[in-house]
Parts: sequence; C-alpha cells; structure tokens
Amino acid sequence: MVQAVEAVELTRRFGDFVAVDRVSFTVARGEVFGFLGPNGAGKTTTIKMLTGLLAPSSGTARVAGHDVVTDPRSVRQQLGYMSQLFSLYSDLTVEENIRLFAGLYGVTGKRYRERRDWVLEMAGLQEYRDRLTGELALGHKQRLALGCAVLHQPPILFLDEPTSGVDPISRRSFWELIYQLAREGTTVLVSTHYMDEAEYCYRLALMHRGRLIALDRPGALRRRVTVPILEVEVDDAARAVEVLAGVPGVLEAAMFGRRVHAMVEEESSGRKEVAERLAGAGLSVSAIRPVAPSLEDVFVALVRRSSGEGSW
Amino acid sequence: MSGAGLRIRSMVRKEFRQLLRDPRTRMMIFVAPLIQLVMFGYAVNTDIRNTATVVVDLDRTAESRALVDAFGASGYFEIVQRSLRSSDIARALDRGDAVVGIEIPHGFSRDLALGKAAVQIVVDGSNSSIATVAQGYAARIVQRFAAERVPHWAAGVDLRTRAWYNPNLESRVYNVPAVIGVLVLMMSLLLTALAVVRERELGTLDQLMVSPLSPAEFVAAKTLPVAFIGLVDLFLITAVAVFWFDIPMRGSLLALLPAALLYILAGLSFGLLISSVSKTQQEAFMAMFLFLLPAIILSGFFYPIRSMPLPFQWLTVLNPVRHFLEIVRAVFLKGEGIGGLWVQYLAIGLFALVAIRAAIWRLPRTIGGS
Repeated sequence: MVQAVEAVELTRRFGDFVAVDRVSFTVARGEVFGFLGPNGAGKTTTIKMLTGLLAPSSGTARVAGHDVVTDPRSVRQQLGYMSQLFSLYSDLTVEENIRLFAGLYGVTGKRYRERRDWVLEMAGLQEYRDRLTGELALGHKQRLALGCAVLHQPPILFLDEPTSGVDPISRRSFWELIYQLAREGTTVLVSTHYMDEAEYCYRLALMHRGRLIALDRPGALRRRVTVPILEVEVDDAARAVEVLAGVPGVLEAAMFGRRVHAMVEEESSGRKEVAERLAGAGLSVSAIRPVAPSLEDVFVALVRRSSGEGSW
Repeated sequence: MSGAGLRIRSMVRKEFRQLLRDPRTRMMIFVAPLIQLVMFGYAVNTDIRNTATVVVDLDRTAESRALVDAFGASGYFEIVQRSLRSSDIARALDRGDAVVGIEIPHGFSRDLALGKAAVQIVVDGSNSSIATVAQGYAARIVQRFAAERVPHWAAGVDLRTRAWYNPNLESRVYNVPAVIGVLVLMMSLLLTALAVVRERELGTLDQLMVSPLSPAEFVAAKTLPVAFIGLVDLFLITAVAVFWFDIPMRGSLLALLPAALLYILAGLSFGLLISSVSKTQQEAFMAMFLFLLPAIILSGFFYPIRSMPLPFQWLTVLNPVRHFLEIVRAVFLKGEGIGGLWVQYLAIGLFALVAIRAAIWRLPRTIGGS
C-alpha cells in the first residue's frame, strides 16, 4: 500500500537560513502524525512544502502517491488544510463560507447539503448559519475552519497549529474531532507546540532548528530518557535554573511551568546537590521529588543529545 | 458544470458579496466617482472669466474708452481698478489685486487713425496657463476693435477662425470625457491593488491555493466582478457627463464599450500585479499611487503630449491612459468609430494582456515567498 505521506531529504532555505534541513519520514494511512517543536523549528515550513504552498529547495515529497512539486494539482483534491491563522472570510456568513469551499472542491447537490449539515452540526453552528463568521467565538471559528477543510472528505488532513489561542476545553473537544476523523480513515498531520496535545498523536516528529531530532511513539520517546528527573518546587524557578546550570551531576535544568525539572546523573546524590546549591543561593525549596519524564523533558534531553553535549 | 466553471462561479459570487456588503466599499464604488466627476467638471476649468484687470488710460479719448469698454463687455476681463499712473499696474500685479494690466498710451486715438496705434498688455505670468489664455483673449479684443475702427486698415485680411468639435472652446467639453478615463482607472486599480495582498495578510490566500483553484482561475474570479463594476461606473459617469454637463456624445457607445472593457482590464490586471508583488496593503497602496500619478500626467489629460520632451513622449506610448483618453475624446467630440482608433485599441489591449499574464505568472511565487 502506498504511504499517505512520504518525505525524502526535504529541505527549504530562505537565503542563508535553513528553515527545514534534510527531513525524511513516512506517514501511514489513518495515522495521527504530530510535529512537535518550538516556534521556528520548521513545522509550518514542512507542512507548507507538503501542501504545495512552498517549493522545497531540495528533496522530494509525495502526498497520496503524487509528487508535490511535479504534480501539485493531483495532490490538492486529496488534502484538507487548516492553518494557524483563521483563514475563512470574516465578512461572509457561516453558510456562505461553507458554500464557497464546497464550490472550490466540487461538492454539489445532495452531497453538498449533507456535508453542509454535517459541518454545521459538528461545529455547533446550526442556529448561526446566517451569522457573519467574524462575529463567532474563536472556538466556533476553529471548528468551522476544520469543517471547511474536510468538506470534501479528503483522505489526508494537514493541521498547522490548529488550536493556538484556544482554551483547553475547546482544545480537548477539537482533538476528539481529530480522533473521529482518524477513526473514519483520514490521515492527520498536525503541528503543535502544546506538549499535552502531542501525547494524542500516534507518532511524533520532534523538530528543532529545522532538523528532525526524533521520530517515535510518545511512550517510546519517553523511554529514551534513561536518567532520573527531579521536579523541584521553589519560590523563584527562573533563578533556580540559573543556579543549577553547570553544577556537576546536574545534566540539564529547565523551567516547567512554575517548577524546575532537573536531569541528574544519579538520583540520591543529585537530590542532595540540588538542595544544597539552591539553599546556598538563598532560594526556598519546598519539595524535590523524582518524576516520570514528560514529552517536554524528552525534548530537552534530545535537543541536548543532538547538539552533542551529552552521551546518555 | 465543469470543475473550473464551478470554482470560478463560487469565487465570483464571494467577491461580489464582499464588495457589495460593506457600506464603505459601496460608497467608494458608486458615489465617490460621481462626486469626483462633478468636482472635476466644475473645478478643472481652464477657461478664464472675470479676470481681475487694472486699466491705465493715459489717452482719455472716446476711442480709448471704447477699447476699455470692449474689454469689460467681453466677460473675460473684469476691470477692478482704473488709474492714470503706469506704475499702478506693477503695484496691482505685485499685490495680486489684478492679473492683467492694460495701458493705453497718450496719443492712442491719433495713432489709431494713422493705423499705428499700440496698446500694452501686461499679464501675471506666475500662472502660465491663465496668462497664455488671457493674452490670447486680449489680443483678439484689440484686433477686433482695430478692425471695426479702421476698416480700410484691416480690410486686406479678413481672418475668421473657427474651432471645430468645440466651437466655444469650452475646456469642460475637453476635460470631462478625460475625467471618465481617470476615474475608471482609479476604480479598477483601487479594487484590485489590495485584492491579493489583503487575502495574503488574512491567510485566506493559502487556503485558496491549497484548493484545486488555479492561479488563472483566481485571477479570472478577481477580475470579472471588478470589470462589471467598472462598466457600471462608466455608464453612470457617462450619463452624468452627457445629461448634466451637456458634453456632446457624437460617437456611438458601441465604439466606447470595447475600449472601456480593454481599459478596465488593463487597469485591474495592473492592480492585481501590484497586489501580487506587494507584501503589505500599505505597500500596494503606495505602488498604486506611484503608478497613477505619472500615468495621469503623461496621458495628455492636463498637458499636451506634443509639448513634452521627446523621451517622455515615447514613454506615453506605453501608457494606457493616454490611449484611452484619445479614444474617449475622439468618440465623444468627433464621433469617431472603432476603425479610426484601432491603434489605441491595440495599445490598450497589449498592455492588458501583458499585465494579466504577469499577474498570473507572479501569483504562485507570491505565496511561495511568504
């Protein structure tokens, strides 16, 4: 069976800046495939190349079996795309937007009415169909945008940070929709910088400075972190990170919300060292406990490893 | 319906909705051109009337008074000051109290009888167009006066000039048809120059470009509604020109229509091109004015092309505004048909073709660059 998406050595340069650097991966049909990484890691550029919005500087990509460079028109009917920018027309009503995209994808007649009703129901907008899209709440807008992106029931769906700026509850229900689509056979490629969202993906591509630094299931990625991680509750986390930088036995320290996660070589000696150093700097530590690595820890560890600082 | 037809129809419907839904855009499309036409029709008037004139009559005879009366009665000159000192002319012109000074020297009536009378006319040349016109009027008044008074002197030559197509030489008859050309261009540029760049800023352009809509279909969909609106504007403006300003429409609308279509196409495809090379709406706006102003100046709207330096005259050959103004003026005032204007048609058509090809070619690169 043909892979849904296949990228080989995909590269994009802007002048001297390499936004995406020799990225290769394949995505199987029906998979929910995530791109995880901070802003500027190359997630959006990768998705733009896969959707034909941006020409690769080198390398190739095939989507649904068609080459994105030589055969972009065959690719387009096969994919749905939703970007981080809300990209429906604010000065059109809900139904006018649906009708426009239906027309662009050749969804007409009975099928149009079915799909329109499906989108309105999925987005919870049955009573707002004649409302201007610009007047909707952000959560509604996002669901409508997703609805318009899958109006023509594309086998492959690209979502570029679809939930940025949305509250956690809307995000959760948005992900339920993504899962529903995946269950119905849609391949979903989604980029995010929310770690909790990344956990929902079947497989994750971790991106950093244009490079793919790891690609695996979330659980397998976590198992790659073999050193203990200490979660430190401290009054000034930012200063604690500064204090712990370069301390022998502490491999890495990073902010984690209002706490600090420190990777140490060995748990008991590390715990002692961390407590002493922080106390010595006049910081008040209320708890130090070992935790299982989160995806963020994985990310921090893998970035460190890929830049050649550690051997673990 | 084929896929392309359906896609274009969906996009055209969307464009019309967006253009006509916003009250400000509606105002800009239907009301602003009429206001501008009325403003141009009345204000852009190079006829001179009631020009402030100072008279120094040193002769003080029946003949000199009759000459002064001839000036006053012409309607072109209004005598605001009479004096017996030559220096008052300079003072009045300096202070801006008068634009024209007439000095009738001592012995005027005596010299008139001998056929060698002289009158001095001084004009404020700081506004050269008024000065030239006033000078011409003054010369004609003096000539006619002399011919009446000394028939035997002027009898040899009987000069009767007649201006064809515009017998009263009213500048409005010449200007208003040209205003039509400028307004239609402004409209088609305005509606398209922001069209692509706005969608790009909103992110909707990406959404369209991942769909099966091709760049050519996109350009067609952006073009058709604006062309339609441009034609509606053209009819509105032409109606006001003919019925309100009494501009004679000697030719046929059928000669004007294809020219207008080509011209609107030229304007909006250039607008689309501006839009697809601009990164922001402000940039597009600036670029539009950078094009619009020279296009109007080098069109023969205000200044005759023949009096421009040669390189600029060559430049005007590329200017669709120049060709369209020639067509509009010829159709309105001379009743010219398509046959006599094919060069202008061709020039506008070529400009439109090149601009639209460039816009379609440029569009995919616009997106790639973001």
